[in-house]
Amino acid sequence: MGNIVEQIQGVPLNHYIIFCSIIFAIGVTGVLIRRNVIIIMMSIELMLNSVNLLLAAFSAYRGDPSGQVFVFFVMALAAAEVAVGLAIIIMVYRNTKSLDIESLSKLRW
Amino acid sequence: MKELIWLIPLIPFVGFVINGLGRNVLPKALVGIIGCGTVLLSFLLSVSLYLDIKAARDAGEVAEISRHLFDWFAVGNLKVSLSFLIDPLSSLMLLIITGVGLLIHLYSYSYMSGDNGFGKFFAYLNLFIFFMTILVMGSNYLVMFIGWEGVGLCSYLLIGFWFKNSSYASAAKKAFVMNRIGDLGFLIAMFFILSTFGSLEYKEVFGQAATLSVGDSTVLIITLLLFVAATGKSAQIPLFTWLPDAMAGPTPVSALIHAATMVTAGIYMVVRSNILFTLSPVTMEIMAIVGLATALIAAFIALTQNDIKKVLAYSTVSQLGYMFLALGVGAFTGAFFHVLTHAFFKALLFLGAGSVIHAMSNEQDMRSMGGLRKSLPVTFVTMLIGTIAISGIPPLAGFFSKDEILAYAFQHNILYWAVGFLTALFTAFYMFRLLYLTFFGEFRGTAEQKSHLHESPWQMTLPLIVLAILSAIGGFMNVPEALGGHHNLAHFLAPIFEGSNAIGSTTLTLSHSTEYILMGASVLGAIVMAIVAYNTYVSKKNIPVADDKAEGGLHALSYNKLYIDELYDAVIVNPLKKLSTVLYKYVDRLGIDGFVNGLGEFFVGSGKGIRLLQSGHVGFYIFMMVIGVVAILIYGFFY
Repeated sequence: MGNIVEQIQGVPLNHYIIFCSIIFAIGVTGVLIRRNVIIIMMSIELMLNSVNLLLAAFSAYRGDPSGQVFVFFVMALAAAEVAVGLAIIIMVYRNTKSLDIESLSKLRW
Repeated sequence: MKELIWLIPLIPFVGFVINGLGRNVLPKALVGIIGCGTVLLSFLLSVSLYLDIKAARDAGEVAEISRHLFDWFAVGNLKVSLSFLIDPLSSLMLLIITGVGLLIHLYSYSYMSGDNGFGKFFAYLNLFIFFMTILVMGSNYLVMFIGWEGVGLCSYLLIGFWFKNSSYASAAKKAFVMNRIGDLGFLIAMFFILSTFGSLEYKEVFGQAATLSVGDSTVLIITLLLFVAATGKSAQIPLFTWLPDAMAGPTPVSALIHAATMVTAGIYMVVRSNILFTLSPVTMEIMAIVGLATALIAAFIALTQNDIKKVLAYSTVSQLGYMFLALGVGAFTGAFFHVLTHAFFKALLFLGAGSVIHAMSNEQDMRSMGGLRKSLPVTFVTMLIGTIAISGIPPLAGFFSKDEILAYAFQHNILYWAVGFLTALFTAFYMFRLLYLTFFGEFRGTAEQKSHLHESPWQMTLPLIVLAILSAIGGFMNVPEALGGHHNLAHFLAPIFEGSNAIGSTTLTLSHSTEYILMGASVLGAIVMAIVAYNTYVSKKNIPVADDKAEGGLHALSYNKLYIDELYDAVIVNPLKKLSTVLYKYVDRLGIDGFVNGLGEFFVGSGKGIRLLQSGHVGFYIFMMVIGVVAILIYGFFY
């Protein structure tokens, strides 16, 4: 444990923050501009994991394991979300024969 | 017997429930038997109670039966029980209510037999007897108030009995509203009594009142408020205009409620509270003046009315004014005596008028009558007795009671006597005018009406005969000493006035010769008026002209009822209506409705605008979400 912490601390904290922000921004951009539903799911995953990384980094720097515990929760939630999300995507595909997000435009007033 | 006094109100109530529930199911005969029978039972109980009280009085014992039924409610120091008190005053009132009530029930059986609402009518009448007996039997002001409100309700229901005629329905509303103004006075008076004496029980209130000094300001307020209540219920200025309109109800109702019993509730209440009123000479003076003014004005209006029931209605108002005059000058016994005799002869006159109306196929205008004495002999004779009685010609009932009042008025202030005497002259004139126009001369109705003329059946004539006998001999229960009597009624009622006497009440101190002169004057006046009326309406056949041929001066003033209704409309009703319209238009519609509807419209409108955002494009949703997150971030960053 101590070893890993030292390794993590081998990289300055600012770098983690910048790196995670970039990955998060990529994830957001992916969600916003891509139309394939699976890519959008992956982008969401990217956002979640950037946050995970940031949590782990802060946890190590502050010597507080609760950040890592929180990461586990996020991962569990992400797994569940992916399971449900993929199921929805399969159903959408069966119904519309398409993975284009625009094919779901029935969700309107 | 003493244990059973609660049956007196209960039995008519049972009758009300049975007749009310079975009004469309029960056969008419059964409805009539239940309606009359319940009142008969109450009457028998009342008679036996009266005999008990009478025996106790004669033996010099305490003539009082009080019966505590149950504690109604207790809040803090206030404890109100439902309890009854029978003393000489209430036992006499009970006799009148159930006795005259019984006769009128019997009369109604025939009078209303053709009406669709027969069962409903008897149910209402029984309910009225229930409330009226509660009113007089209660041993505290709250129980009296229950009855007070209840009889007002019955009066409303019965005036508006033929509610399909909208003018009848509005007459009922008028009566109800005007009574309500008076009731408010009663209610506030009760609050004052409670805060002053800490109880509503007569005994405690009067016991504590005896220790107060004359002219106490709280008592002044209480008595003034009670008097306001009495002006509403007993149709005095300024609240008297409902009573003539109340003639919209069936005639037996006019006889029972608007002549014999309910309208005398105000006098009963004042007599009951006599000690409070004795403590407040200012109220007494106001009462005398209001009573006198009412008596004169109503008699003046009655002089020219052509509707037979309207004449009697104004006559009732006038006689009630007489009673208040009597109360005001301290003649409590005289006032109550007049209540009793008036109940006899006015019920008789109303029932007689009902008999005439019945025979005339519902015609009430005296200009279409005339010469009815041949076709309606029993009605004629009994009405004649009633007319003589109300005019104050001896030895019939009205003479004794009216002269007692006039003697007290004379002693109090000769001006009061003069106005009272003038009223008595008016009374004699309009009553004989009614009699002559109806029963003398030629028949003036249509040929069809003439062929229908008939004497009423026995159910209607029997009450007339009984009431005529009572009107004839009723006066002998209180013959003044000047005429060799013993003031029996005054002695019987003496316990009621013990408190007032201790403070110093009025006793008649006139010499016998003065009394003889007063009696002679009023009797002579009445006879002269009868002759004048005979001259005008029989010898000269001076039948009142049709409505459209107006006569000027005093006649028009009297015929149009002194324009009092118009005055009230202009001063009170119309401004209130206008105020209501303004409130309706601007406060209710514009303000309250505007606010509520505006709020609804705002949300509907904004929903319509905002729903456009929900375009269905998932990409757009996500975009909005991101913008939201960014916005929250920025907000969190800066604040």
